Amino acid sequence: MGVIVVNNLSKSFGKGTSRKDALKNVSFEIAEGSMTALIGPDGAGKTTLLRLLAGILQPDTGNLHVLGHALPHDALQLQAKIGYMPQRFGLYENLTVEENLTLFADLHNIPEDRRKARFDDLLTMTALGPFRARRAGKLSGGMKQKLGLACTLIHPPRVLLLDEASVGVDPISRRELWSIIQQQVIREKVTVLLSTAYMDEAERCDHVLLLHEGEILAQGSPSDLIAPMQGHSFLLQEAAMAARALQSQVARLPDVVDTVIQGDGLRIVMKKVEPPPLPADLAVRGPSKPVPARLEDAFVSLLVNRNPHHSIPLPPATKAVANDAAVVEVKSLYRYFGDFAAVKDVSFSVQKGEIYGLLGANGAGKSTTFRMLCGLLPASSGTLRVAGADLRTGEASARARIGYVSQKFSLYGALSVLQNLSFFATVYGLQNRRKRDRIGWALEELELKDYIAMNAADLPLGYKQRLALACALMHEPSILFLDEPTSGVDPLARREFWARVNALAQGGTTCLVTTHFMEEAEYCDRLVLMSLGEVLAEGTPTEIKSRVRHADQPNPTMEDAFISLIEEHERVSRRAS
Amino acid sequence: MRARILRVFALVVKELLALLRDPASRAVLIGPPIIQLIVFGYAATFELKHVPFVVYNQDQGQLSRELVARFAGAPSFDLVQFVYDQKTVEQSINNKSALMAMDIGPNFSADLERGRPAHVQIVLDGRDSNTAAIAMGYVQSIVTQFNQAQVVQHGMKPPPTVLLDRAWFNPNLDSRWFIVPGICGILTLLVSILTTGLSVAREREMGTFDQLLVTPMPPAEILLGKALPGFLVGTAEGTLIVLMAIFWFHVPFTGSLIALYIGLLCFLFAAVGIGLMISSLAVTQQQGLLGVFLFMVPAIVLSGFSTPIANMPQAVQYITLLDPLRYFLIVLRGSFLEGGGVTLFWPQYWPLLTIGLISMIVAGTLFRKRLA
Amino acid sequence: MNRMRVKGLMRKEVYEIVRDPSSIAIAFVLPLVLLLIFGYGVSLDARSVPVAEVVEQPTYLTASFLGELDHSPWFRPARYPDQASAEHAMMQGRVQAILWLRSDFSRRSLSSGEAPIHLTVNGVDANQAHIIQNYVNGTWQNWLQQQATLQGQPLAVPVVADVRIWFNPALTSRDYLIPGLIAIIMTLIGALLTALVVAREWERGTMEGIMVTPVAKTEVLLGKLVPYFVMGMCGMMLATAMAVFLFHVPLRGSLTVLVGTAALFLLTALGMGLAISVLARSQFVAAMVAIVTTFLPAFILSGFLFDIRSMPQAIQILTHIVAARYFVAALQTTFLAGDLWSVILPNLLGLGVLCIVFLGLSVLRFRKRLD
Repeated sequence: MGVIVVNNLSKSFGKGTSRKDALKNVSFEIAEGSMTALIGPDGAGKTTLLRLLAGILQPDTGNLHVLGHALPHDALQLQAKIGYMPQRFGLYENLTVEENLTLFADLHNIPEDRRKARFDDLLTMTALGPFRARRAGKLSGGMKQKLGLACTLIHPPRVLLLDEASVGVDPISRRELWSIIQQQVIREKVTVLLSTAYMDEAERCDHVLLLHEGEILAQGSPSDLIAPMQGHSFLLQEAAMAARALQSQVARLPDVVDTVIQGDGLRIVMKKVEPPPLPADLAVRGPSKPVPARLEDAFVSLLVNRNPHHSIPLPPATKAVANDAAVVEVKSLYRYFGDFAAVKDVSFSVQKGEIYGLLGANGAGKSTTFRMLCGLLPASSGTLRVAGADLRTGEASARARIGYVSQKFSLYGALSVLQNLSFFATVYGLQNRRKRDRIGWALEELELKDYIAMNAADLPLGYKQRLALACALMHEPSILFLDEPTSGVDPLARREFWARVNALAQGGTTCLVTTHFMEEAEYCDRLVLMSLGEVLAEGTPTEIKSRVRHADQPNPTMEDAFISLIEEHERVSRRAS
Repeated sequence: MRARILRVFALVVKELLALLRDPASRAVLIGPPIIQLIVFGYAATFELKHVPFVVYNQDQGQLSRELVARFAGAPSFDLVQFVYDQKTVEQSINNKSALMAMDIGPNFSADLERGRPAHVQIVLDGRDSNTAAIAMGYVQSIVTQFNQAQVVQHGMKPPPTVLLDRAWFNPNLDSRWFIVPGICGILTLLVSILTTGLSVAREREMGTFDQLLVTPMPPAEILLGKALPGFLVGTAEGTLIVLMAIFWFHVPFTGSLIALYIGLLCFLFAAVGIGLMISSLAVTQQQGLLGVFLFMVPAIVLSGFSTPIANMPQAVQYITLLDPLRYFLIVLRGSFLEGGGVTLFWPQYWPLLTIGLISMIVAGTLFRKRLA
Repeated sequence: MNRMRVKGLMRKEVYEIVRDPSSIAIAFVLPLVLLLIFGYGVSLDARSVPVAEVVEQPTYLTASFLGELDHSPWFRPARYPDQASAEHAMMQGRVQAILWLRSDFSRRSLSSGEAPIHLTVNGVDANQAHIIQNYVNGTWQNWLQQQATLQGQPLAVPVVADVRIWFNPALTSRDYLIPGLIAIIMTLIGALLTALVVAREWERGTMEGIMVTPVAKTEVLLGKLVPYFVMGMCGMMLATAMAVFLFHVPLRGSLTVLVGTAALFLLTALGMGLAISVLARSQFVAAMVAIVTTFLPAFILSGFLFDIRSMPQAIQILTHIVAARYFVAALQTTFLAGDLWSVILPNLLGLGVLCIVFLGLSVLRFRKRLD
């Protein structure tokens, strides 16, 4: 019998007309000592399932057994044996690293004599040893996540439930988190169930559960899930034209399920085991090579099959007019918060119609740079020009030329979709006919029609993102700032989003995007890689990757580039000091 | 210009929608003020009714019984019991079963009949000194009435002088006439501060404030858009509360409505300004609430709502000059009871406008500054 | 109940209190500032009431009567030439009362008697008006007595009421207001401390992490209650010390009774805060409810300012759910009268019932679950 046994589990929230089913008749079993990944689009029910297994939600119907304890009845006994890390693990920010650990040790009744060894072990594993006495609030995002994991592992648990443990974490911390989890599985025989938006993480697990609208759409080992897709994936490389333009053409071909820009090439997933029927003018430049399928291919095609009407929007076919005029210019920008330099000597410039990326971990200074560009924060020194003006000191009307989508998709939650659109249209000075037209455009183009009367707070995350984008685009700005627009968003919604951004860029809108998803760098024309407030590298994705290309790493990914560049930077700065 | 007006209008509509579409904030804005006006309107009175008293009557005569009857018959006093020793008198005061004790000596009637001043000893519980002071006044007036009756009955020489009191504006000295307009002021303050005090902090926590700041709206327009809903809600609730004071509590309204509304608008200007100032000073809603609270409690206590400003020490009186409620209460009470007009209230209007102007300017500058 | 868990939770709470200045501000700065402002600011004793005196024909008699007034600490007299100008001054709020002695005052007083002294008070503040009337009345009676003695005539006042005031002979309102203010301030502090801290843990997500440990809900609540209780008691001691040493309110009862009553009241106030935050879960709603249900009800319905017996029956019943009501009565007695168990016990009982209701509600409605 499995460590986790779930039979016909159902759970719904709300009452009457607003009642929403979060889980519908879910059944599965998880074997001891295995690692299981829970994947699925936003609102599929992943968090609800984990919370039910942790005993902090009550199921409507169905049986739940974890380690032989029936839930929710035996929740208290079970909670002594499991570890659960919520999506936003609430560390006590005013407590030090060690005090946080002590609290959880107290809560789990760990005898004093066993503590020292356990703390040392966990602190070594998480590399938090040197920060024992630092307050949790002063740790970086990655360190906080590791501390949260350490607190969860204190007893140690026999079952570990992790809810999106690696969201918003830079690649280095993400690798560390994974090695800790894998150690637990190997050394302590811990059973792990984790939800994730990263398909590469899911691929490393023994078992995958794909949830969709509260139901299990598919389950099995990653290879089981990938198997039917073998032969469907192709890579089109060495094309003379820009990857984005290529993508917009290929995506329109019949039987193409999915296209992803990968390096200089284009990864194509087909409906059948056939290479894409490239038109003559494309085919001559080079044939597409078959490549091994990935879990992401399976994920996308399973979901697209499930909802055929809900396919990925196509990137536009038109090509933007080339324009070399720099619309955003940043020169030796600094920003201090007290003694702490959040942004150090950052310079770059963005041309009209470009998609320009700011890449880096949380705390790298991306958002601070953005806020200075948008005039929300004064710079400590340096010059900033956006559309020819400094938005902080310039005329208010200059701000009419920019659009801004903030990290949290800031919308008025108590207002309906239409009321939000109408409000932003008016504050941007749209009137009468133009206002009506633009609202109509937004409802149509961003497929918000079905949600017109719903309160923004109740929208699914993907729709919140769309509405935020629509509000920022009401006045057709010439420059669009997008701050972490894809954080926590599933692969399908990410594709839709990038297709839209592409379309905008093709139409001549300059787009500045921050992201910590390294693969998204591929969508940018040019980008800066930032770490701890400094620029590590600037250029096109190919240029940046070629900086770290060597014999051991002939074909580096952006993540490889990021890690190498940071390590190199650390070596340099250590030598300097 | 038209675009500006439309933008501000859109912001006002948005604020009102955000307040009124959410069931919790709708309930907080509409329910408590009305319930509290009714409950507090009845509860807050300085009139004493049913003051319990005990009588230790050692006199056998008719006259002492007449005097006791006068007290027992008065609406302000309730005779609890006759007691027969000093110890019980002490006990009943100590354990609060009586607030007052009448101790009539054995020679009371005899003294009276011989034309000698007859003494009656009154003991009052001073733990609540205000109640005791008021009760003392009641005792004096009942005794005075008794005396007058005696003088007439016995054909004695009248006293050389008499004191005739008369009260202006509130002839029966009904303290509800005084308190209810005060509650109107307090609740109007509560509503306008609730509407504005958290609006910026809330948007800041949700991130929508940044969204507003990147639009072409200048800070002055945002300020206006944030302030107007406070005015609208405050005016609407203020009107409702004033109507209830007039028609439910029957407080006479003798002054000019125009003067009252000018006062209301000036007051809202100041209250909304302070609300927005707190709101833009606070980074989180929690701080905003603490700020609202730290402002509201002293503002109410020092406004002269319950205890007159004139009784406060000079230093505290200076502090009250910063309290907008102080001025509005004068306007409210003046309009209700004194029949005051616009010219009479001018000394109240301008400090309100000054407070409002200064706090609005501070709020406006803080809008953009507090962004780090 | 596990000691290690409770101790761990308490230690965590103490660290949070020590490192977050806002709760220290609530516990110590709030009582300090409020008690200072209120202690000095709230007084019902009218002193130096501005009074207009209109004397149409000054004689030695009017001079002796007004002299009596002028020497009283209660009044700040100002002469006005005629009734019209005095009325004008009252309209503008420059004087609160007018004393008018007509031209025939002395003549009538000496011949037929019953010469009228016209006292007109501004009745807007009815309470103040009463107090002024009483003061003038008292002064006048004294004067009458003196005149009678001077002229060697017995005074034609048949009954003289000798009023004695127990516990507070000088009727200093500060002596009874300060214990009441302490009760109100402690109501605010008790509720504000807990109403926000529990809701804050839900919003920051720290509660979700705690919930998935084997901790029992009573342990979580106890871990919250004890540190804030200790802090609230420190605030209470500070307020008491200020009352005794700064405002010189006599403390006639024992410190033990005072501390005991305060402890029970604080538990009730913290329990109310806990109940609010357990039921609300969001800081915004919790704090709104806390503000609406604490300050104004305690201020108006506790009997601290307005006598409960004078309220309509229905509202008197309503006051029984205001915890401050019991504390105000118990504190006033302990400070001014002493350890009178016949007063203190029923109030302790009332507090006890409310305390059990609030804490019970918190325990019952506090779920170790998110739904």
